[in-house]
Amino acid sequence: MFLQQIANALALGSVYALFAIGFTLIFGVLEVITLAHGAVFMVGAFAGLIAVTRFNLGIIPAILTSMLASGLLGFIIDFVAVRPLRKKKYHHLAPMIATIGCATIITSISQGIFGAEAYRFPFDFVPTKSYEIGDIQLTLLQLVIIGISFSLMIMLILLLKRTKWGKAVRAVAENRRTAALLGIPVERVFQITSFTSSALGGAAGVLTGLNFNAIHTYMGGPILHRGIAVIILGGMGDIRGAMAGGLILGFSEIMSVAYISSDFRDAISFGLLFLILLIRPSGIFGKVPERKG
Amino acid sequence: MKRVLELTEVYANYGHIQALKGISLTVNEGEIVALIGANGAGKSTALNTISGIVRAAKGKILYKGNDITKSPAHLIVRGGIVQVPEGRAILKTLKVIENLELGAFIRKDPLQIKKDIEEVFDRFPILKKRANQPAGTLSGGEQQMLAIGRALMARPKLLLLDEPSMGLAPLVVKEIFNIIQEINKNGTSILVVEQNARMALKISHRGYVLETGSIVLGDSSADLLNNKKVIEAYLGG
Repeated sequence: MFLQQIANALALGSVYALFAIGFTLIFGVLEVITLAHGAVFMVGAFAGLIAVTRFNLGIIPAILTSMLASGLLGFIIDFVAVRPLRKKKYHHLAPMIATIGCATIITSISQGIFGAEAYRFPFDFVPTKSYEIGDIQLTLLQLVIIGISFSLMIMLILLLKRTKWGKAVRAVAENRRTAALLGIPVERVFQITSFTSSALGGAAGVLTGLNFNAIHTYMGGPILHRGIAVIILGGMGDIRGAMAGGLILGFSEIMSVAYISSDFRDAISFGLLFLILLIRPSGIFGKVPERKG
Repeated sequence: MKRVLELTEVYANYGHIQALKGISLTVNEGEIVALIGANGAGKSTALNTISGIVRAAKGKILYKGNDITKSPAHLIVRGGIVQVPEGRAILKTLKVIENLELGAFIRKDPLQIKKDIEEVFDRFPILKKRANQPAGTLSGGEQQMLAIGRALMARPKLLLLDEPSMGLAPLVVKEIFNIIQEINKNGTSILVVEQNARMALKISHRGYVLETGSIVLGDSSADLLNNKKVIEAYLGG
């Protein structure tokens, strides 16, 4: 029973981590908490759904389509709402509020198009098979979700560690002025970051839609709250922190449902986050903020 | 002599303060030019205005005859003007070798970049030892070497140095200034900003004195070293 819950927790937590990793990357690089990340997640889910139902694409091409769509949306949000404020050197709050506006607009338009009902992937889109690994029974769907989300996260980490542009992103995250003095086009790094992070958010949307077999226009809200909790828990701007935080939240939610009550799921898991933050106020991997001279 | 850099009546603000009040200066090909002055005289703002980090409010900046007054910072680097910022400003969370690789961000010749990294390692053997350490773990002197090495990776035609001696032990300062002269002998023009006026004037060909945003003196460094006013105000009598 407990081992079985681990499989469920991994599937849920890996998607939380995937959502949060882009969320935290945008914060780390642009220093903006983009509250449109939930709406981007929802649009990604619908883009994946349309790719499957209209164009009969398989799961990998559908996810790639969704990533392209949500990545472009993230790029547009940055260009339209965040960039003008950045140029005027507003900090943190103004762009954050601008992204709330974006989220509202995107959600309203989507509700106009898709209404409020839940959409489903075609029956048996991911065949209902399961595998025994030791004492754990993993469904094919869980394997697909865990496999895709971890592959995407590992790819992101490799891109950041190994490639020239990945290193440029890390340079901008540490100090945008120093980065500019190295000839790094900081503005383009912001755009690349917005695109990539949103693409990952969109992929998380498709995987969530598959996990619960439901896609609806208001699915962005709950994940956004979890995402905020996860990146604070992990340490703002820290990629490993977002991964760890996502998995912790997934585990605590599944375990509360399994052993206590589904009524208290959110109360218990957010209570747990609160406790961890009492012990480590800057998050698991967060550093005590340095004062800048 | 060919002009590499020419500032004409440049004004710039630092926050709400008018930090530069119409400064004019030139750097010729092959020269080391020192810009000396007290803390807060506007020295760093001058370099940042040249680098495009601070926008000139008025005036003109010519680089090899081209107007770069309004160019974005990354294109100025691409053109060959590279700054080693004050306080070294290395990327602390990145490895030493990654700092050097990013120094060559504007270049597209991976093989030659690798050779140039080796060359930096030959010049600063300690960096080779620390290549895979986060740059934040280096000592002050090592960080300055990394900052200079990283700037060289861009193959600058004009190197801007902001207080290279700041916070370093006298022996290390000497070493850094020797290296600056060496870089210059290899054909890079240099504009160096310093509070350590004696050191800067000793290694430079010409110098300017900046006082509260205005250039009050400009002469050959040898003459400045013997100038009464300079001796009184900057060389400690």
